[in-house]
Amino acid sequence: MKIAVCLKRVPDTTAKVVIADDGVSIDPTGVKFVPNPYDEYAIEEAIARKTAAGEGETVVVSLGTDAAQETIRSALAMGIDRGVLLQIAEHPDPAAAAALLADELATGGYDLILMGKMAVDDSQHQVGPQVAERLGMACITAVAHLKIDGGTVTAEREIEGAVEVVRCGLPAVITCDKGLNTPRLPALKGIMAAKKKPLDIKPVTAGESAFEVLSLTLPPDRPPGRIVGEGPDAVPELVRLLRTEAKAI
Amino acid sequence: MSSPAANSRFTGVDFYEADRLLSEEERAIRDTVRTWVDDNLMPIIGDCYVEGRFPKELIGGMGELGFFGANLPEAYGCAGLNNVAYGLIMQELERGDSGVRSFASVQGALVMYPIFAFGAEEQKQYWLPRLASGEEIGCFGLTEPDFGSNPAGLVTTARKGDGGWVLNGTKMWITNGSQATVAIVWAKVGEVDDPASIRGFIVPTNTPGFTAKDQKGKLSLRASDTSELHLQDVHLPVDALLPESSGIKSPLMCLTQARYGIAWGAIGAAMACYDEALRYAVNRVMFDRPIGQTQIQQVRLADMLTEITKAQLLTLQLGRLKDDHLLTPQQVSLAKRNNVNMATECAREARRLLGANGILAEYHSMRHMANLESVYTYEGTHDMHSLILGEKITGLSAF
Repeated sequence: MKIAVCLKRVPDTTAKVVIADDGVSIDPTGVKFVPNPYDEYAIEEAIARKTAAGEGETVVVSLGTDAAQETIRSALAMGIDRGVLLQIAEHPDPAAAAALLADELATGGYDLILMGKMAVDDSQHQVGPQVAERLGMACITAVAHLKIDGGTVTAEREIEGAVEVVRCGLPAVITCDKGLNTPRLPALKGIMAAKKKPLDIKPVTAGESAFEVLSLTLPPDRPPGRIVGEGPDAVPELVRLLRTEAKAI
Repeated sequence: MSSPAANSRFTGVDFYEADRLLSEEERAIRDTVRTWVDDNLMPIIGDCYVEGRFPKELIGGMGELGFFGANLPEAYGCAGLNNVAYGLIMQELERGDSGVRSFASVQGALVMYPIFAFGAEEQKQYWLPRLASGEEIGCFGLTEPDFGSNPAGLVTTARKGDGGWVLNGTKMWITNGSQATVAIVWAKVGEVDDPASIRGFIVPTNTPGFTAKDQKGKLSLRASDTSELHLQDVHLPVDALLPESSGIKSPLMCLTQARYGIAWGAIGAAMACYDEALRYAVNRVMFDRPIGQTQIQQVRLADMLTEITKAQLLTLQLGRLKDDHLLTPQQVSLAKRNNVNMATECAREARRLLGANGILAEYHSMRHMANLESVYTYEGTHDMHSLILGEKITGLSAF
């Protein structure tokens, strides 16, 4: 089976975000960038499936700036066979990103295309379904359990209060959710081997955007906590506030 | 410098952007070990320490990721890293605990390195992959009850007999001793007053006559086994000898390797203490403001950050020298002496900043503080390294 993984370089979720002067992007200065955590489930799934099958090929495709080479190599270090960087000056909107990824993936003859259900930087959830649409493939989103039997995919999705089981045929696009697997740490030998694996760099130009980001603002600071009293005496007041003010009970 | 993130993951200390001096692979290796320590060691280390238990369950995982003897060649099942990457592994392990770093130091620098440097090809082929994976666990027997800073005086003997070797003697303060499956034992094949007759032997610990028992009552390195080894008429085949080992210089070469790793490790312990102190200082409110807003705690934090930053740059250069084969043992002495002393001071100041909470195992600084007293003392005491430097500076030996 030939498996592609789409991977995005994103700011570390623990990084303190500062909005850039343009007001619509974040300032990358001093920010650590990591592989999108949801894409790491896709990487792990691809490697585990190839290892279990004992054959096939895994390819990671990333749309991003030159710096995304490092992100691709972290996937190669985990065990992906080769990488493709669709090199672009800045990230386009999801529709344009999906178009570029689909163009690359269309020629690869992939049986399975995996990626995170969303990127943690812009939380759009769009690229997976749009890539599938462009390639004319089925798409199952936010998959937490995946079974592939011959040409049939059976996937479980955790929806509000229930598990939904979905079936489709291959080739397909699967977007991965937490719970699908536990991504491995790259072994030190893997890190050293990664730089010897093929990494194709293909400059691309984004098409027209489907939308425009108008502004980006940080959430307001959390109001400070309030101490309503100490010990058992404080309980009635706490209950009253939870009921009347917070409306939590 | 940004304030500490709300979550508990360790993000390092890098005031002078020393990360820019590391290669992408070096950073990736450091981050792998850092994540591994956060996920596997930090949740259990406090309990291990209090219980006086080495976390054996972590050995397999460390071996699988390639933490043991990582600067030795891939041909022997090792990761084939440069010495800076090796040092970063030690730094991150000791950010967790000096005892766990000691385990890896002994396995890599004191057991795998002598087999690699002084062993026959068959010995390397047999032992190194098994030690790299953690299938075999090693210890290093040099120090004796009456010969610590003066190892050349050791009185363990190896005599020819029975078509092989017969070893007799006692070794003390041996990290991993009781759990080791193989010991590198240093013994004299000639007269006991002849340090040139010191040779290394590979001793499987199940050989009759070999016994190890843990030294009890340690108030430091409690998550590490420290043992006494007894060798009573231990019969070994002729090929137990490390053929290229020759005189006191051979074990001292091993110690240079281990001390190099310790210089890096101490930075990890210091960073852990600084990180903990900083998080505490900005969150702990006293007199209606964070204690981090008081001058006395700011001085503490500024001193720690200054010393850590100096040690980082010093040690990185040491690593580059080692990779360029320009390293001298005296340069390693300077780094071991400086960094361990620096880390011990950081740990002590961090513990004090933490107030009463600082004496709990839930926090890490006091554990590091107690551990570092051992690190200060082993692998050449702080004082011995002063004398080694003194001899190098003046050309006059004071020991």
